[in-house]
Amino acid sequence: MDIPYTVQARPDTGVYNAKLGIWLFLASEVMLFGGLFSSYVLLRVGADHWPHGWLNVKLGTANTIILALSAITTLLAWAACKVGQFNKFKFFHACTLMLALSFLCIKMYEYHDKWIHYEIKLTDGTIADGHLEESDADSVTIKGRIVKDEADLYDLRAQPNIPSDEIKIERSKIASMENYGPWHNTYLAIYFTLTGLHALHILGGSVVIGYLWGPGRRMWKTDPERFTNRIEVSGLFWHFVDLVWIFLFPVLYLT
Amino acid sequence: MSSHEMKTAAQHNAPLTGQSESHPVDFNKYVRTCVFVFLAVLCATGMMVWISFLPHYSWSAKVGMILAVAACNAAVVAGFLMHLISEKKMIYTVLAFTVIFVLGLFWLTWYAMNDFPSGTTMH
Repeated sequence: MDIPYTVQARPDTGVYNAKLGIWLFLASEVMLFGGLFSSYVLLRVGADHWPHGWLNVKLGTANTIILALSAITTLLAWAACKVGQFNKFKFFHACTLMLALSFLCIKMYEYHDKWIHYEIKLTDGTIADGHLEESDADSVTIKGRIVKDEADLYDLRAQPNIPSDEIKIERSKIASMENYGPWHNTYLAIYFTLTGLHALHILGGSVVIGYLWGPGRRMWKTDPERFTNRIEVSGLFWHFVDLVWIFLFPVLYLT
Repeated sequence: MSSHEMKTAAQHNAPLTGQSESHPVDFNKYVRTCVFVFLAVLCATGMMVWISFLPHYSWSAKVGMILAVAACNAAVVAGFLMHLISEKKMIYTVLAFTVIFVLGLFWLTWYAMNDFPSGTTMH
């Protein structure tokens, strides 16, 4: 059975069906991320303190450039299909896949950095803050600093030279300790939610791009126009993922 | 065999004739567009980072400036990479409804921020 309008434009809509389908899907995605951005605004406006400088701007910038490059290679892969240069398509799509995986690797590194970052409240009322180096039954060793007030940990941009010393703490002196996971505070909760959902989109897009680069490319031999449309549709999704990051990066890393 | 006939080897490497709704493609033109878009994204990203480190502005002023640059950046990506500068009316209609609903969503958030039950005490 033939699926209608996979190549030709449908007369009443002016576009082929998959293209209208992906735009409707993207519209629902805009609502999904719009709801989360809206929550971010609500949480931020209602917060007494909002952290600044908690994320690595260099890594965020690198990821922005990587995603922009991947969006460009996606477009060039589609254009290569349009002009019938399949080898160029394979090259550009492979580049997209590699860039997507690079993005995810950097994101995982950032998550790991937060996972091993601890805020330890001590029995004398001070707070030890830093990355976990060693932990055993009697003591915990971190690389960081000790502050008197939790407020000192919020605006890191205002503190240019933050000490990073090796500190060994006896377990008996620890009142509580918690890592910088999504449960730590509102900022990290919305950070992990937004970037986690975005990373899942990157992962899903990578699976589709990988399929079209691998087993899915057999369609080029039987129906190149339909295959090219598949590349266009997957590319539109990829550009949307890039667009979301264009707002996530400044909202979470820079402000 | 379906109506999608098998193509010959010569046809595999030939430019597509464009039975679909899209326009003919000049690959070199796309390369030039991509270079322009990439440079624009680089400039916008650099500008946002620079603004975020400006010393004499409040965070609210910086947020406004950074989001303005991000919006321009997004417009370039959507316009050139997603072809929104030359799309069909149907796609613009879908997007127009999306914009209306997203604005409604943001308005609801703003409305909820100021909608307290009677007798609420603010601290």
